[in-house]
Amino acid sequence: MRASMAPTLSERILARASGLKEVCAGDFVEASVNLAMAHESARLAIVGLNEIFREGRPWRHGPALDPTNAPAGWARNRGRVHRGRRARVWDPNRIVIILDHRAPAESEESASVHRLIRDFVREQGIRSFYDVGEGVCHQVLAEEGHVLPGTLIVGSDSHTTTHGALGAFATGIGATEMAAVWATGKIWLRVPATIKVSLRGRLGRGVTAKDAALYLVKELGAGGAEYRAIEFWGALGAMSISSRMTLCNMAVEAGAKAAMVPPDARTLAFLRAAPPGSPARYWIKTAAARRRGAGESMESCGGSGRMFRACLGMREYREEAGEDGAVYERELELNLSSLEPQVACPHSVDNVKDIRDVEGIEIDQAFLGSCTNGSLEDLQAAARILRKRRVQKGVRLIVAPASRRVYIEGLRRGLIATLVGAGALVLSPGCGPCLGAHMGLLAPGEVCISTTSRNFRGRMGSHQAEIYLASPVTVAASAASGRITDPRRMLG
Amino acid sequence: MVLGDDVNTDLIIAGRYCRMAEPAELARHVLEGTEWEGKVSPGDIIIAGRNMGIGSSREQAPLALKGAGVRAIVAESFGRIFFRNSVNIGLPVMVVPGVRGRVRSGERVLLDFEKGTLEVPAERLVLHGEPLPPFMTEILRDGGLVPHLRRRMGFWTRSGGARALEKRRGNRAECTTTHPVPGLTRDAGDHSHGGA
Repeated sequence: MRASMAPTLSERILARASGLKEVCAGDFVEASVNLAMAHESARLAIVGLNEIFREGRPWRHGPALDPTNAPAGWARNRGRVHRGRRARVWDPNRIVIILDHRAPAESEESASVHRLIRDFVREQGIRSFYDVGEGVCHQVLAEEGHVLPGTLIVGSDSHTTTHGALGAFATGIGATEMAAVWATGKIWLRVPATIKVSLRGRLGRGVTAKDAALYLVKELGAGGAEYRAIEFWGALGAMSISSRMTLCNMAVEAGAKAAMVPPDARTLAFLRAAPPGSPARYWIKTAAARRRGAGESMESCGGSGRMFRACLGMREYREEAGEDGAVYERELELNLSSLEPQVACPHSVDNVKDIRDVEGIEIDQAFLGSCTNGSLEDLQAAARILRKRRVQKGVRLIVAPASRRVYIEGLRRGLIATLVGAGALVLSPGCGPCLGAHMGLLAPGEVCISTTSRNFRGRMGSHQAEIYLASPVTVAASAASGRITDPRRMLG
Repeated sequence: MVLGDDVNTDLIIAGRYCRMAEPAELARHVLEGTEWEGKVSPGDIIIAGRNMGIGSSREQAPLALKGAGVRAIVAESFGRIFFRNSVNIGLPVMVVPGVRGRVRSGERVLLDFEKGTLEVPAERLVLHGEPLPPFMTEILRDGGLVPHLRRRMGFWTRSGGARALEKRRGNRAECTTTHPVPGLTRDAGDHSHGGA
């Protein structure tokens, strides 16, 4: 049955990553990782890595590694993996570390963590290191051109699913698992079944991808996509990469293992605009050569450099999987045209309501930023609302641009001036108060409307505080009026 | 101890404590601010509802529970990353549908991870859940992924050995790890670690 069916995007990517012709949902595979990303969680991973290499009890099956038996990643470590040798990562060029969760450090402990990570990066020769102030890891990773279509990316952050926006299979793992990936370059994964989400129509005025994402989480429920991948199809042509990132980012709130948008012309344009010298630019440069190669099979995507062999025959995929080629576990349709602004109410992300049901709730704080909604597009949307308005007295509007690039571009276009002029306070690029570590926490009884991805009890400070999640437009409109407001009222 | 549905990782350990890494230190703040604060005692088995440990990938969540002396977690369903993290740090987890409401706080239960059963001897009740794949019980026996790696270079099969794990189900647990190293025989007596 399977033979006649096209594989899903996850099956394709995981088959390639594990060196197999085909895999099916439910299979366990041992896959080679193309890119491993970590933030402050690197600290626990460093502890794990050192522990793996620590001198101590001998290997159970004798001291020597059998090269025919060893996973590929160990090749580089051969001769070094023995107990007591200095810990070495499998490939420093495939590791990216970005400090964002406590940037800059809010406590002595965090400062020490940062320092430990900086030393580790230097010692291991990891070149792709982004220190505090560069931005939220997911924004930076995509913006700096590390994310390539068809690759397998693991990150020790749950929102790693974001990178599916560029057609990668990206999933979140824990720190110990990251240590294992650093040591070997491999990870075991169960190939997920796929939920297909078809988008129809066009987003209305004042309605954004965030509203679509919240609606989707409501439809699926907090565990509705647990152990599954989500593929987005349909009306994505009009959707920017930032919007796609928002969709894929929020998919994890329904439990998704990965969320993907099959690559198209917009994806290529985004990769083309990556900074010179970045993997994406190199990938684009070699893409033409790859296409000229014999046929357009996935094997012919060789090019030069192993990383780029990872690419996927994108056109081929679109044609083959098409609108109804692959086997999906479940199919959902989402009509964007009739979508209203959505708000996730306390204390779970799937407690989503239409804005008219929550309008009028008074707020103390509004937060614009995070890996979900901190892009230039989001600053623009907020600035449009606040251009001729002021933040309501008694309300704090906190803005954290998602990256240095977003910050600079926001400054250049005058968006930051508009926001600060309207009464906002701007934080350094990073996660800000989203995870409740520092800068902008809530007192008991306070209410916050936020563009972030989680409204769990106690997430942003007090357990007695309430967090509502909404789009940047809704957050800006609410900050201006001091209560949760339908942004369409302010867009005229 | 019995928890409810949707106990997310932010509830288990708040973001501001994640700069810590010592299980004992983390344990002081486990489930802080919730109705279960201070009720976890060493040796406990946690019974939870749906979506146990959803949310953030922070490994501090299972670490904090482990630090507080929790010996295993049984839930109707788990957040994916929390499940993996727990196995990786050597904290046994099991999915048992319908477990919530069948077990009361303070009751003694027996768990068998290979068979996937939860037994309440006092009530002569046996619930059937999902057994862990053998390579996971192996990781748990070794005390987590790091000791497991140190011990036997991991669960890796020969490159391209997907489904090998599946095929070997039903064989002895240790066979699911890596290919036997040529020239070295394994005997079962070498693998007696006791149950989870």
